Amino acid sequence: MKRHLISAADLTRDDAVLILDTAEEMARVADRPIKKLPPLRGRTVVNLFFEDSTRTRISFEAAAKRLSADVINFSAKGSSVSKGESLKDTALTLEAMGADAVVIRHHSSGAPHRLATSGWIKGSVVNAGDGTHEHPTQALLDAFTMRRHLAGAADGGPTHHRGPGDGTGRDLAGRKVTIVGDVLHGRVARSNVHLLTTLGAEVTLVAPPTLVPIGVESWPCEVSYDLDAVLPTSDAVMMLRVQRERMNAAFFPTEREYARRYGLTGDRMARMPEHAIVMHPGPMNRGMEITAEVADSPRCTAVEQVTNGVSIRMAALYLLLGGNEPALAPSAAADKPARTEETSTP
Amino acid sequence: MDAPSQPPGPASSTSSGHSSGPEIDARPVLEAPDIARVVTRIAHEVVERAKGAHHVVLLGIPTRGVFLARRLAAKLEEITSRAIPVGSLDITMYRDDLRLGPARTLARTEIPTAGIEGRLVVLVDDVLFSGRTIRAALDALNDIGRPRAVQLAVLVDRGHRELPIRADYVGKNLPTSLRETVKVQFTELDGRDSVLLGVRPTSPRGGAEGERADAGQ
Repeated sequence: MKRHLISAADLTRDDAVLILDTAEEMARVADRPIKKLPPLRGRTVVNLFFEDSTRTRISFEAAAKRLSADVINFSAKGSSVSKGESLKDTALTLEAMGADAVVIRHHSSGAPHRLATSGWIKGSVVNAGDGTHEHPTQALLDAFTMRRHLAGAADGGPTHHRGPGDGTGRDLAGRKVTIVGDVLHGRVARSNVHLLTTLGAEVTLVAPPTLVPIGVESWPCEVSYDLDAVLPTSDAVMMLRVQRERMNAAFFPTEREYARRYGLTGDRMARMPEHAIVMHPGPMNRGMEITAEVADSPRCTAVEQVTNGVSIRMAALYLLLGGNEPALAPSAAADKPARTEETSTP
Repeated sequence: MDAPSQPPGPASSTSSGHSSGPEIDARPVLEAPDIARVVTRIAHEVVERAKGAHHVVLLGIPTRGVFLARRLAAKLEEITSRAIPVGSLDITMYRDDLRLGPARTLARTEIPTAGIEGRLVVLVDDVLFSGRTIRAALDALNDIGRPRAVQLAVLVDRGHRELPIRADYVGKNLPTSLRETVKVQFTELDGRDSVLLGVRPTSPRGGAEGERADAGQ
């Protein structure tokens, strides 16, 4: 993972499994009376959010606090950013305050990468969603949820809705995952395609042609326009939110037509294999991409995904900040020495 | 570190500093039958001191402490004909040297369902060395509950304590020099039961650092 977590595509299979295994141990702390661990005592984690996000921010905040880090929340609204401060000056300010890690969400794709490679800050950078690019911790928590349900039984198979199991050490080899909805604006879809493929799963994207990005042919996945055709062979179906705030152009005629063709209803869910799960990163538009019947069924893991998000972010922060250097394989070590030289020379 | 510096000839000797431990001149000080006798004796001592081992919970410290705890529990069940709760306690995040190396992989913490509240917790580890592992274990225990008392059982006490900690049950006292290494092998993990005493190959900087790593195990 190097010293930053910018993109799910940077993670090797071993890195990803290590993060998931670490999250499995972190998840056990949630059952204890004292939900607190000491490894990040004295470290400062800054949540730098240029875009509104309640759940991701509080998830990172809870994760950092459970590991005993000090958390500083910096939201662009009402800060010097709204007075026109650049990303660079904000970063230099955070560096001067001694941030050991910066968790950044930005409306521009590539902002976390810029922050990590510019030499402005010495700490680790964690991408919490950048533009339409990536959202790696969301993909990790989705993979974690899938592993617990689809590889959590004692024999490594699905748990058949008898509650999540422990999939420590396993990957998602051979599992079929269908991601339905707005792939064009969804950074969740891109991160998931990379991570799930790395873990051995076969991913199919289902969306109206207008919501499939150009260049999708180069992604390691299939693309389909017919939801009903892929449902019977899916082990997990992930419904993405229709992002109304990004729908200024007409991507589909009406919401009703979208819901009819791409929404997950009770009838459609019945056509999925008996062990298959329904996932949703939230917030859900009930009646749009998912009906209330499906959202409230025991097969829907939306609430569990929120819980797992805290465990995954604890794992990522621990592996990045727990030692004097990150635990994960220096897969892209090439850019690391160059960067440290650059920062140490002045 | 500098492990893969000399790939050609002495591959086995260069690797010994890292993964497989002290292969050079390692001589067994305890063999399988000795370890079995030690486990039996410690089990009897636990029953004696805990007046029948009611309320005893065994917690092994990963990796090898867990196997020792399970054996001890099996022996205790034999003696008392009662089920003895046994679990594991990972101390990784409580270590005082966490910042001295890359973030360490976590091991499993498994607290028996009965919990540790008001019970007699016996911590079980393979080698007692600096005592820092046990200090970390006491801290970890503190976050989980409040036992009535905590005791410590180890297979080997090799001395060189750096903290005021001592074991309640000791399999074998093994006076060592700091240059020596103590390696415990269990069938479950290593294919055989033994305690090996070796001498660390003299390297200018590897010495102290490597022994600290051993102490953690």
